[in-house]
Amino acid sequence: MAAFAVITACGSASAAGNSGGVDAATATSASAFGGMSGLIAAAKKEGQLNVIALPPDWANYGSIISGFTAKYGIKVNSANPNGSSQDEVNAVRAQSGTSRAPDVLDIGMAVALANTSLFAPYEVSEWNDVPASQKAANGLWYQDYGGYMSIGYDSSKFTITSVQDLLKPQFKGAVALNGDPTKANAALNGVMMASLANGGSLDNIAAGVAFFHKLNQLGNFVPIQATTATVKNGTTPVVFDWDYLSAAHGKDVPSWKVFVPPDAVLGGYYAQAISKTAPDPAAARLWEEYLYSTVGQNLWLQGGARPVEMAAMTTAGTLNQTYAAALPPVGGTPVFMSPTQATAAATYLNSNWAQAIGS
Amino acid sequence: MTAVASPTAGSAGRPRAGSLRFPFAWLGTVPFLGYVSLFLLLPTAIVVAGAFAGARGPSLANISALTQPYIVDSFVHSVVLSAASAAIGAVVGAILAYVLATGNREGAVRRVVTAACGVLSQFGGVTLAFAFIATIGGAGFVTLWLQQHGINIYANGVWLYQLSGLILVYTYFEIPLMVIVFLPALDGIRPQWREATANLGGSSWHYWRHVAGPLLFPSFLGCLLLLFANAFSAYATAAALINQGGIIVPLQISNALSSEVGLAQADVASALALAMVLIVVVVTVLYSTLQRRTARWLP
Repeated sequence: MAAFAVITACGSASAAGNSGGVDAATATSASAFGGMSGLIAAAKKEGQLNVIALPPDWANYGSIISGFTAKYGIKVNSANPNGSSQDEVNAVRAQSGTSRAPDVLDIGMAVALANTSLFAPYEVSEWNDVPASQKAANGLWYQDYGGYMSIGYDSSKFTITSVQDLLKPQFKGAVALNGDPTKANAALNGVMMASLANGGSLDNIAAGVAFFHKLNQLGNFVPIQATTATVKNGTTPVVFDWDYLSAAHGKDVPSWKVFVPPDAVLGGYYAQAISKTAPDPAAARLWEEYLYSTVGQNLWLQGGARPVEMAAMTTAGTLNQTYAAALPPVGGTPVFMSPTQATAAATYLNSNWAQAIGS
Repeated sequence: MTAVASPTAGSAGRPRAGSLRFPFAWLGTVPFLGYVSLFLLLPTAIVVAGAFAGARGPSLANISALTQPYIVDSFVHSVVLSAASAAIGAVVGAILAYVLATGNREGAVRRVVTAACGVLSQFGGVTLAFAFIATIGGAGFVTLWLQQHGINIYANGVWLYQLSGLILVYTYFEIPLMVIVFLPALDGIRPQWREATANLGGSSWHYWRHVAGPLLFPSFLGCLLLLFANAFSAYATAAALINQGGIIVPLQISNALSSEVGLAQADVASALALAMVLIVVVVTVLYSTLQRRTARWLP
C-alpha cells in the first residue's frame, strides 16, 4: 500500500505552472501570457512536455517532436507511441495528478467527442485559419490533419485500379488492415471505404463487412496488423490505411504505391486537445501553437498528411508546394463520416466483424 | 490478515516454552501476505468490483454481455487453444525431459538443452510471432523456398493466422517450459526401482504401469495445468499474429479496454477477466481432485 502513496506524492508538485502571475492551466490563448514571448518563457520554465501515442513514422511526428525540442529547448517525453486514442484518454484518467500524465492529445473524433470533459479550452493564434466545421467553437478540440482512406500496395507485385481487384486470385494471403476495426479508427474507415466501393453508404457499413468476408473466404485477407515491419518483409503487400501513413512505406519498399479509389473517397481528420490536468500546461499550449504555425502545418504536409489550415495556407501562399505536389492524386468527391455514422458503423462491426472474418 | 495468520501461529507455537517466538514467526509471513494481497487479492477485488459495476450502482449488464456469440466463441477458442497447446507441449516436453533424465546428468547435452529451454520457455510475444511470420508466414523464406520446390503449405489458406497457427506457435514455448518443470520429477525416479521391478519378474510395462507411471502422473498433471494457465493468459503473441476479430479472450479484453471507435467498455473487460479467473479456478479444482485420487497411495 505504501507504494501507492509514494507514486502519487512525487507527481503533485509540478502541476502548479504559475509563472508571472499567469495560471497557465486556465489560459485560453497566448494573450493570457502577454503574448507568445510570455508563453515561451512559461513553457521553458516547465522544461518538458508529455506526449502520448505519437509514432515517429505517423504523419511525420518524429521530425515534429525533434523540431519542437530544437526550437524551444523543451524536452518531449513520448509515452506509448503505438497506443490508441482510447489509451490516451485512459492515461489522462489514470495518471491525472502525476508528473507523467499526458499534456496534449492527438485523438480520433469519436473519442474526442466522448471525452470533452477532460480537455482544457485553448485557441491558437491561427484559430481563424481552422475552418469552423473542424473545431469546437469553445476551443475544447480542434482538428489537426487528415487524409483519405487508401489502398497501399507493392506495385512490383500487383496493379490495383479498383477495390474489387482485390478479389482476384493473385492477391491470396496479401490484403491487410491497419488494426481491428472494432478497435482501431483507421481500420474501421478501411472497412467503410470497402463498403462505399461495394454499394454501401456512410450509414451502412454492411457491404464492407461482406466484402472482407468474401476476401477472407477466398484466402486473400490476412488477419495480421499491417506495420512497417510486415510491409517491409512482404507479409502484407496490400494494406488499407490512411494515405499519409501508407505513403511512409515508400521508404522501405520503393515500389510502394498509394491508391485512393475514385468511387470511395473517404476522408478523416484527427483532433488536438490539451488535457485539463496537464502537468506542464504552458508547454502544452506552446506545443499547440507550434503545431498550428506554418512550420508545424508544413511538417505534417511533409509527412503526407493534409493539415487543417491547408486552404488558408494555399491562399496565403505559405503552403510548401513541393510537399503538396507529392500527395497522392485524389479524384471524385470526398465524403466524411459524422460521429453518429461512425458510432453506428462501430456498433454493427462489434456484432458482425468477428464472425465475418472468423475461420 | 489476522485470520490468515492464525494457522501459522498454531504450528509455530508447539514448544510452549518458546512463547517469544510467536511474533517473529508471524512477522515472517508478512512479506508473503503483503505480496499476495497487493498483487493477487487486490487486483482480483478490482476485477470483481468492475465486473458488477453499472452506470448507476451494481448491475449484471457486464455479465450478460458475456453471452454475446462472439464472446462465447472467444472463450471456446481460448480453452481449445490452451488445452491443445498444453497437451502437445506436455507430451512432447515429457518425452524430451525423459531423454535428458536418462542421459548423463552432468553431461554437456543436458546442460545445453536445459539452458536453451530456460530461454525458449520465456521467448514469447511480438518477437516470437514475427519469427514465425518471417519464416513460415505468407512471404516467409521457408514458405517461399518450399513453393519453389513445388510445395505450397498454404494451398488452403494461410492457417498460420488462424487458431491452428496459434497452437503451433504456442507449443514453441510450451514444450521447453514442460522440460524445465517436469525434469525434477523425473530426476526423483531412481534406477534401483526399475531394477527391483525386474528382479521381481516385472516387465517394462509393469514398471511403467505400476511404479513410474503412478509416481509421475500427479506431477505430470500439475505441469499440464501450469502449461494450460500459461497459454490461457498469453496475450502479446496472439495480438501480433492474429489482429482481427478478437479470436481469444485476452484479445477481447484488450478491445474492450482500448477501442478508439467508441466501443471501449472497461467494465465488460473486468467481466471477461472474471470469467477467465473462474475457468482457471474450475481447472485447478479438477486438477487437485484428480491429483488427490492418483496420489492416494503415495506417502
